[in-house]
Amino acid sequence: MTLALASASGPAPAARRRLRIERVTGLGFALPAFVLLLLTILLPLAVLLWLSFTNYEFGGVDMDWVGLANFRKALADPIIRRSLVNTLLYVAIVVPGGVLGALLIAVLVHRRKRTRSVYEVIYFLPVTSTLIAMATVWQFLLHPSLGPVNGVLKWLGLGPVAFLSEPSTALATLAVIGIWQLLGFNMILFLAGLTAIPRDLYEAADIDGCSGGIDRFLTITWPLLGPTTMFVLVTTMITAFKIFDTVAVMTRGGPVGSTEVLLYNVYLEGFQYFHTGYAAALTFIFLAFILVFSAVQTFALDKKVHY
Amino acid sequence: MTDLVLPAPVTPVRSALRRFLSLVLIHGVLIAGAVFMLAPFVWMLVTSIKPPAEIFNAEISLWPKQFYGLQNYGFAMEKAPLLRFALNGVILCGGILIVQLLVAIPCAYALAKLSFPGRNALFVLVLLGLCIPVQVPAMPLYIALAQLGLLNTYFAMMVPFFLSVFAIFLFRQFFRSFPDDIINAARLDGMSEFEIVWRIVTPSAWPAIAAFSVFSAVAHWNDLYWPLIVISDARLAPPPLGMMFFADAETGSNYGALTAAATILTAPLVIAFLVARRRFIDGITVTGVK
Amino acid sequence: MAKVALSSIAKSFGATKVLDGIDLDIADGEFLTLVGPSGCGKSTLIRIIAGLEHQDAGSLAIGGSRVDHLRPHERRVAMVFQSYALYPHMSVGANIALPLTMARLRLWQRLPLLRLLSAERRAVMRGIESDVAAVAAQLQLGHLLDRKPAQLSGGQRQRVALGRAMVRNPDVFLMDEPLSNLDAKLRVHMRTELAELHKRLGTTFIYVTHDQVEAMTMSDRVAMMDSGAILQLGTPSQLYEKPASLKVAQFIGSPAINLLPATVAEGGRVELFGRPLALSVPLEPGQAVTLGLRSEALSLVQGEPGGGRAWFSARLRRKENLGSEYVLHFDLAGRDATGVTMRATPAVAAGVNEAAEVTLGFEEAAAHVFAAAGDRVEPRGQGAATASVVPLRAGA
Repeated sequence: MTLALASASGPAPAARRRLRIERVTGLGFALPAFVLLLLTILLPLAVLLWLSFTNYEFGGVDMDWVGLANFRKALADPIIRRSLVNTLLYVAIVVPGGVLGALLIAVLVHRRKRTRSVYEVIYFLPVTSTLIAMATVWQFLLHPSLGPVNGVLKWLGLGPVAFLSEPSTALATLAVIGIWQLLGFNMILFLAGLTAIPRDLYEAADIDGCSGGIDRFLTITWPLLGPTTMFVLVTTMITAFKIFDTVAVMTRGGPVGSTEVLLYNVYLEGFQYFHTGYAAALTFIFLAFILVFSAVQTFALDKKVHY
Repeated sequence: MTDLVLPAPVTPVRSALRRFLSLVLIHGVLIAGAVFMLAPFVWMLVTSIKPPAEIFNAEISLWPKQFYGLQNYGFAMEKAPLLRFALNGVILCGGILIVQLLVAIPCAYALAKLSFPGRNALFVLVLLGLCIPVQVPAMPLYIALAQLGLLNTYFAMMVPFFLSVFAIFLFRQFFRSFPDDIINAARLDGMSEFEIVWRIVTPSAWPAIAAFSVFSAVAHWNDLYWPLIVISDARLAPPPLGMMFFADAETGSNYGALTAAATILTAPLVIAFLVARRRFIDGITVTGVK
Repeated sequence: MAKVALSSIAKSFGATKVLDGIDLDIADGEFLTLVGPSGCGKSTLIRIIAGLEHQDAGSLAIGGSRVDHLRPHERRVAMVFQSYALYPHMSVGANIALPLTMARLRLWQRLPLLRLLSAERRAVMRGIESDVAAVAAQLQLGHLLDRKPAQLSGGQRQRVALGRAMVRNPDVFLMDEPLSNLDAKLRVHMRTELAELHKRLGTTFIYVTHDQVEAMTMSDRVAMMDSGAILQLGTPSQLYEKPASLKVAQFIGSPAINLLPATVAEGGRVELFGRPLALSVPLEPGQAVTLGLRSEALSLVQGEPGGGRAWFSARLRRKENLGSEYVLHFDLAGRDATGVTMRATPAVAAGVNEAAEVTLGFEEAAAHVFAAAGDRVEPRGQGAATASVVPLRAGA
């Protein structure tokens, strides 16, 4: 009987009911996530956009619509410019160091059999450690008179270097710490990429006379690791661009502004000086960079079929 | 086609020597790097058991002449509620993770297996959300929490992270490969969708959930930016913020106590990592999933 | 060109012994096939010859000199892999050229940027290009040199892998299951091509396969391996006609050899299903033996031949039409054997109906006798018993 009914009038009522249940449960399941998405991302973004066009100061009563004034001010502000330059400089040191270093280590570790897991643990250790706590240790390691690094330098006959209180070295020092923290993470990503390269290819290369480390790397590893490298590169850029912790704890932007970075300035303007409107504009500048990096990644990964 | 030209006759001795030299070179590079990686940890442990006199004479020694560990750790524990910081870290990570899973799993299931109006739009929002770091919505959230009088609460510390678009994305990828036949069979057996999610699909996604849990816990245990903004009460501080308070307030250059505190606050995660090495590596690199 | 000599090669992976003292001499210019079921050690053996694995014991000489300490490319061997192992990011031309670039350019001339400084490089590259073109022409790959491997068909990839092996003019070609990723039709075609290539080049070929047809059709000699040892080494016809053991007999030949349980009676006479055969073996009476009969050794006979004739009755279960011939599957009612197969011309096959009871006859001389342990037993005084069995003629 139901069969006859079904053929007479499209989908059976049972099937239609099923479909309705599916829609309702689907909406129900997605609802909490959607509400949170709205409250913690979408709405704040809208509010932020609105704030960036005002001169609102947190705690203040008045506010005026100022149009693009905040953005104009930000682009003209020498402090912001300097912090942007510093941030990009930091990225420019961390990215090559953190990516190429990790690649080198991964390639060397990959071929180890017995010692591989030992090296993996050692290089990965900084990734899991609390950077703020380790920053304190680094501060001490690099201390001009008490730190062992300067101890070694002295022993080598080199003068003490005040790594963190010298404008010329402070940012680079932070970058080295950044690389230290990031290397193991990138190494693991590269190791995963290396594992995906068929062993056959290396064996064929061995037989074809391509057996030296450099040849193997240039002929097989590097080209086949392309997609992984792209991914690691962009992730590292984004991570480095978000530098905040070490600056906040170790240098606070000093000495003489040499380690002022974008996110630290956003923090200062937004949560210390409460120039909320201005900080909102700075946040958008920060976001613009992050989005550009992400777009590069999406674009590059779409094209990852390179052969 | 000419014959291959070999550069020089290869004797057994030469080839053994060649292999040995390349091993020396490889391990040389790896060990040098390992020293760079481990130096801060070693120096942290060593300094934390040195008396001030030995710290300040700036000699490089890997073991103290006088064991001063008890005093340093005692001082650190006395001056700052380090265990409290660690407990806050546990509460923070646990609270965030539970809500993240409760919200993300049903949503991911709906996105993967159910058709409902707005599904594609929601997924696009999720993908866009992946690009937005917490520093972006931070200020409006701060203002809202301040208006609601919720600053300096665990809730304030957790709320921006309740929704993990990354978790939704990751679980959706995982659920998509779950066989429809099993879900349909469960429906025929009279299971509700709610039961299907939690009793059939979720257990199968255990590896992804474990990996995400590690990722989430490590990220929030170590996060400084957001707690720094909403927490000023030291009793609520998670480990990084606690460390910052401690370094600011108490010690000046009492490096023995500082490194002791750093050891205590770094230890939980490092020990967990050493115990569950694979899980950690999988968990933190789960972001590499494409 | 070179001969290859293996002596007492042994290899274990952990506790598993993969190769157990292999001795094998391969002549200059020979096409030798290592055949056997998976896990028999044949792939490990060829990888040891290539230098991709290192033996635990024993030694290996190519062209009369020891190569144990040499790296793969120094051994002057080329290898074709089962997966072809083509470099996916390089064009066909670059794939084939790679062995030559490695051999003819110095390291600094191969490095990016730095290589632009080399004046000599262009001349070398031109030489390589013309060599590649020559090889490509031989393999009809000339028009594909700019393609990437992913754009090629299976057969084309196979030829690129061959080209990469040929271009370096190696002393020995090693091939590890090179045809197993091709579809059936192409495989048959490539068998011929490989055999012709071998004839043309005259180089030593060592070929690994699990497919006995490939082994039989291409090789000068075949080494049948099992559990890390060589069971029999000989020409394809030796392996087929005089299998040294039950395992060899079972592995070689399609359809598989028919095996019938038999016993040794007084005087070493072999009894099949209680009837004595004109076949006696130097074994003690009462022992169980296995009688091996190729499917072409069987024929249909009319009625019940007299005493002393080799025959047994069977019931036709199924006729399998292969076009040019039939394979008939028989049940042996009430007997211990599972069944037997027989080749028949379509005319013969047309003469029997399914489920029909028939009598199958064979010549004792064509029977192989295997002792209980599986070793071949040579019958005594072969030729003494030439039973004459009249095959059933078509339409009879």
